[in-house]
Amino acid sequence: MQTATHPSNEVSYLDYKGKYKGIFGWIFSTDHKRIGLLYMYSMLVMFVVGVGLGLAMKLELIAPGKTIMDPGTYNAVFTVHGVIMIFMIVIPGLPAVFGNFFLPIMIGAKDVSFPKLNLLSWYFYVAGALLVISSVLFGNGTPDTGWTFYAPYSFKSGTNLLPAIFGAFVLGFSSILTGLNFIVTIHRMRAPGMTWFKMPLFPWSLYGTAWIQLLATPVVGITLVLVALERIFNIGVFDPALGGDPILYQHLFWIYSHPAVYVMILPAMGAISEIIPTFSQKHIFGYRAIIASTLAIAFVGYFVWGHHMFTSGMSGTAQYTFSILTFIVAIPSAIKVFNWISTMHKGSINPEAPFLWAVSFIFVFMIGGFSGLVLGALAANVHVHDTAFVVAHFHFIVFGGVGFAFFGAIHYWFPKMFGRMYDKVWAKVGWAFFTVGFLTLYSPMFYLGMMGMPRRYYDYLPEFHAANILSSLGSWVMTFGLLIVVINLFRSAKNGPIAEMNPWNSKTLEWTVPSPPPLENFDEIPVYGEKDGPYEY
Amino acid sequence: MEHVAQHSDPHYDQEASKMGMWLFIFTELLLFGGLFIVYAIYRFMNPEAFQMAGKELNITIGAINTIILLVSSMTIAMSTSSLQKKNKGLTVLLLEITIILAVIFLINKYFEWGVKFDHGIWPGSEHLLNDLGKGEILFFGLYFVMTGLHALHIVVGLVIIVVALNKIQKGTVNADRPSLLENAGLYWHLVDLIWIFLFPLFYLIH
Amino acid sequence: METEKHHIVPYRVYVYILIALVVMTFMSIGITKINLGAYSVLGAMIFATVKSVLVLTWFMHLKFDQPLLRFMVGFVVLLFFAVIFITFLDYYFR
Repeated sequence: MQTATHPSNEVSYLDYKGKYKGIFGWIFSTDHKRIGLLYMYSMLVMFVVGVGLGLAMKLELIAPGKTIMDPGTYNAVFTVHGVIMIFMIVIPGLPAVFGNFFLPIMIGAKDVSFPKLNLLSWYFYVAGALLVISSVLFGNGTPDTGWTFYAPYSFKSGTNLLPAIFGAFVLGFSSILTGLNFIVTIHRMRAPGMTWFKMPLFPWSLYGTAWIQLLATPVVGITLVLVALERIFNIGVFDPALGGDPILYQHLFWIYSHPAVYVMILPAMGAISEIIPTFSQKHIFGYRAIIASTLAIAFVGYFVWGHHMFTSGMSGTAQYTFSILTFIVAIPSAIKVFNWISTMHKGSINPEAPFLWAVSFIFVFMIGGFSGLVLGALAANVHVHDTAFVVAHFHFIVFGGVGFAFFGAIHYWFPKMFGRMYDKVWAKVGWAFFTVGFLTLYSPMFYLGMMGMPRRYYDYLPEFHAANILSSLGSWVMTFGLLIVVINLFRSAKNGPIAEMNPWNSKTLEWTVPSPPPLENFDEIPVYGEKDGPYEY
Repeated sequence: MEHVAQHSDPHYDQEASKMGMWLFIFTELLLFGGLFIVYAIYRFMNPEAFQMAGKELNITIGAINTIILLVSSMTIAMSTSSLQKKNKGLTVLLLEITIILAVIFLINKYFEWGVKFDHGIWPGSEHLLNDLGKGEILFFGLYFVMTGLHALHIVVGLVIIVVALNKIQKGTVNADRPSLLENAGLYWHLVDLIWIFLFPLFYLIH
Repeated sequence: METEKHHIVPYRVYVYILIALVVMTFMSIGITKINLGAYSVLGAMIFATVKSVLVLTWFMHLKFDQPLLRFMVGFVVLLFFAVIFITFLDYYFR
């Protein structure tokens, strides 16, 4: 047992002066908290680019025909938007930022198991991001295949795809290392007495996520390598002219990329499972059911990839199997929703900003989930496949799910991370604009898709005009809300009122250390007793 | 196993680094797993062509390389035992043998690929694209990718072993802190494990 | 730390394992020389599987490690086979 107070524990991790000064004190720091913030700031930069591209697409679609860009540019814009948002924002999103920052503190550890590896994975993230950006800036033409890099177009396209493919590979490596680190940390570094079933739900969700990161990412890694080799050496693996099968590419790609959706959503659900009991001041309902559903989603989610390929020419047997498996994976997701609602029931609800984000998360997640069932049903899928309906569905899940959970989480943990409180009124105003804008932006796409508007076109028929105008208006309202949220947080991180140690009266371990936490988190490793638990209100 | 001990040196947890290495091995297994899926599908689609193309490969060289890898796996496994027995000289010797065997494997591979190149067979070569069928193109495409990736892993493993050897000689890897050597060993066995499947799938399908 | 972690495997055990592996290598070469049709693949794969089990349990020390690691290895292998199985639902019935 380590008891002596470490001298470095007298100042917070933000003020700590280590071997290196200034910015080097950050980019050479192996402190999990600083690495979490490094991820957050680098993700913010990429997010601004991604949002800008998204706004450009919505502006293009405000009227039929060419508005601000030609079809080739539009293809490049949705490709880069997708690659940035998927590989650099939503996949690392909650695990890399809040996982890094809070996983060790929540399980009562001083850091992750492999701090240097943790820093290395951030370097990989930056390297991958730079590679993708370089494919935009240099070479002849920005990649235009869509973020899925479907064969055979991905090795026929004359655009500068190699850096983008290699960048996605390197980003995958970053994700693998983060997952590896978290699994070992959770196995080896839980505080004495914190058994598996006393661990908070956010670490549990990270555990499930980490396994997916570890076991699914290598498959897409090798697939992207094969595409790159196909481009360079003509090995024939996915080229139908040389005997290859492009549908096999889709299989391998989605073997990763569908589980990747659960890499995005599971930590989001974990964060929501922390916020709801805190702001209801009540023990989480069905703690073990939530854990079981987390693991079930992670496991079954590995076997549903084929529902992205219902119209690709798979065998009927495979189609039925993937359809039924898709329906099965909806069950554990629904279990979680029931548990969150039941937790709120008869709780003393404190409608602060994090709670509002969490409740709206449940709302958009439900819409996204139900529309997912429409897509999982074979017959309905054929009707709406590759239409705006699909775009609406995955933005509700991916952006709605991860975005709302991310903003909920940052409003929840902000006082701990920066030791200051944000302006609560502006936080709610930002949330209101964002939510209204979000629903206005994506809801019309459900209608457009069912009416038959295909995705990934810069143009559309005149009868789709009204709904597209509404959608574009929504994109502006949402961005306005986003600006309010971000500006409020940035101002408060510097000038907000000093926050208490536990402003929300929460029960998990991160609220037992000072705000912001000192370098090694705990002076003394906490010990969980027989009666202690993460949600004992 | 769930009772996490607080060690005297909080920054050294042998069990954690072993688990980390195993998790990394899982990712490697699935990396190759993706290729094995591709192989299985294409072999299922082109059974005759794969058999015909497989005859091009030299069983003798394949078998020699198999035995070289198996022996090197044994020597590195023995070196972990001898490190625990604090027999530094023997550990160093065993690792040196492992390194030499790995280099011989790579030299064999070099000549094996060289023969293929002499026959006009390489990815995208005219002979392959014009004279051979689609199944053969796939077979040789996969052959070069899978054995090439495997050889790359040999090189990486070689580097890790050299680093471990260096640290053993310096004494920073010793009987009390054997993790680096154990992990190098695990990685080397992984390389062996993959070859155990590559060998019959490419060389023995007549 | 657990005591079993310091289990030192005697050198001769490794030699026995190596002999078994080499013998099986030759047996798998032999079995493919006999024309068994479709079963020769199966034969070679069975030998490869047994060989990999030997490498995993002895060379990679799984026999002496905590059961958790063995469980993880089994899980990953099963997962991989499940993925192959599901992929073949497409190709086999196409």
